[in-house]
Amino acid sequence: MKTTDSKNGLLKIENLQVEYITDDARVFAVNGLNLEIEKGETLGLVGETGAGKTTTALSVMRLLPPKVGRVIGGSILLDGIDIIHAGEADMRALRGSLVSMIFQDPMTSLNPVLTIGDQIAEVLIFHDRYNNRTDVNRRVDEILRLVGLSPERKNEYPHQFSGGMKQRVVIAIALACEPKLLLADEPTTALDVTIQAQVLEMMKELQEKLHTAVILITHDLGVVAQTCNRVAIMYAGEIIETGTVDRIFHAKRHHPYTEGLFGSIPDLTKKTRRLNPIDGLMPDPSNLPAGCKFHTRCPKCIDICRTIHPRSSVRDGHSIRCHLEGEGGVPVAGETAGGEQT
Amino acid sequence: MTNPLVQTIDLKKYFETPRGLLYAVDGVNLSIERGKTLGVVGESGCGKSTLGRVILRLLDATSGAVLYDGEDILRYNGEKMLQMRKKMQIIFQDPYASLNPRMTVSEIIAEPIKVCGAFESKDALEDKVCDLMETVGLADRFVNTYPHELDGGRRQRIGIARALALDPEFIVCDEPVSALDVSIQAQILNLMMDLQEERGLTYMFVTHNLSVVKHISNEIAVMYLGQCVEKAESEELFENPLHPYTKALLAAIPIPDPDIAKRRQAIIRGEVSSPINPAPGCRFAARCPCVTSACTAANVELKEIAPGHFVACLSSVAQQ
Repeated sequence: MKTTDSKNGLLKIENLQVEYITDDARVFAVNGLNLEIEKGETLGLVGETGAGKTTTALSVMRLLPPKVGRVIGGSILLDGIDIIHAGEADMRALRGSLVSMIFQDPMTSLNPVLTIGDQIAEVLIFHDRYNNRTDVNRRVDEILRLVGLSPERKNEYPHQFSGGMKQRVVIAIALACEPKLLLADEPTTALDVTIQAQVLEMMKELQEKLHTAVILITHDLGVVAQTCNRVAIMYAGEIIETGTVDRIFHAKRHHPYTEGLFGSIPDLTKKTRRLNPIDGLMPDPSNLPAGCKFHTRCPKCIDICRTIHPRSSVRDGHSIRCHLEGEGGVPVAGETAGGEQT
Repeated sequence: MTNPLVQTIDLKKYFETPRGLLYAVDGVNLSIERGKTLGVVGESGCGKSTLGRVILRLLDATSGAVLYDGEDILRYNGEKMLQMRKKMQIIFQDPYASLNPRMTVSEIIAEPIKVCGAFESKDALEDKVCDLMETVGLADRFVNTYPHELDGGRRQRIGIARALALDPEFIVCDEPVSALDVSIQAQILNLMMDLQEERGLTYMFVTHNLSVVKHISNEIAVMYLGQCVEKAESEELFENPLHPYTKALLAAIPIPDPDIAKRRQAIIRGEVSSPINPAPGCRFAARCPCVTSACTAANVELKEIAPGHFVACLSSVAQQ
């Protein structure tokens, strides 16, 4: 067991590489990802379908589909624990108590034949948090109130709840043991906008109360602006830009992909006739282009982009992985530096 | 409002359920002018998709009228309706579920033309399909591929090509971009706006995404539990929302700017109540921050507050 060097560091991912082996191809889902999370902060992990956001989260939980998905390189240190080499029994003890995950679809992540009270109690009992059932029940009531549900409904089944309420139950289960890290994978994508606002606000309150660090996986930049301290933007299995929420939304220089993402959202405050989306599609992860993985779609592509994989350049804690940034910014020695220093 | 292309008059659609009547669409009056886009917004279960389907007669209305060019199409017989259908088409939300997995791209696009017998020869049909694919930005090489081989954005392009196959005048777009990634979504929105300009299409754009609806619509109707609660020019609605529900909806949109996000208004509590046998009065009363006893006493009519700005609310805020 190693320890992280930084005092506030909670999660440190270095050069993570994950692949999926399918019948006809090796799919390179995550390719050299570096990420650091401090205690109590919220990081928005943004990217389109297939960028490797969920795969990264599943690697931290060690929940990659067995046989198909595997970590082929890099390290994940969570609160000083080496996740990649931890035994399965250790992982079972960690999941739910140190790190929890919320999935996108609240309809499929609850067990339809157990009452919601029992499902919350399950995690408390598994992690031996309380000695007797009375204490467990008291805690279940407490946690239900915390997520804004009436404890009287604990004997009801998931189908008796609406989508937003089900997601509250899922959050209650995830936070029951007060984990240090919560991985929220598109927690509000399946919800209506007024319900989304309620759930996001509740998550924010809970986070402040419990001091949990959150990785919020989303494709919605609006959600990121409202809830996150820091943002990491993913493309084809690597982080191409990271910085504080303020830098990502207000800095002048950006990765061309980030610019494309912002150009794609209709702006409510300005009147624009046409959007400026990114041309083309995400590259096939089983056959990634050489050099910069974004060069096939990049409007600013130059020769070097086609052959040499760019490093991250960091300026004031804002890191951009692009050859065009190399001139002005400080090039980082080695791929592992990542640029998470804030 | 001169000479609208599509107009609904007190349109109602009730579904029978074991627990009583479900008021999916309850007395909606809308009109869409030729070449314009009407955005219909609301949350899940507000009846916006049902409204689109009733207008196209994919579902039979319970009562009311749908005027197309001044004629009530709900009274048309089968033969006349088949001719009518050439003029009105639909693009569905889910490009995964709305395309037949056993048909190739060209077969899917040719299908409506075949059904209406609107082609002279096989060659002409093939040419037409190629033209349509080019129009929506699908490469020739996809002619013989099956939908499962393509990504969501390309599948939605097939859906659009199919809707355009009969050169319609009016297209109901039922959440056409909500299953797509943002960059693909922007490509499809641009395509739809280009097509509208080139062909003078009239859209009814059904969505829950308010930023998209503002971008594409001339006029917006906000629906809540089967009723239209507010209707105005798109700019006006966003600048000066009057109905408490519209305000709540606008306040709930996550704005991609951290500075704006910090000074957000209070968010609305509670959830949409059941559309089965709703209580009389304003449907929004249970969640409304400015509810009065008058709100639950009688049904609230849509009233014109300012020119072109209609709202169904009794509260003093709205009456100004």
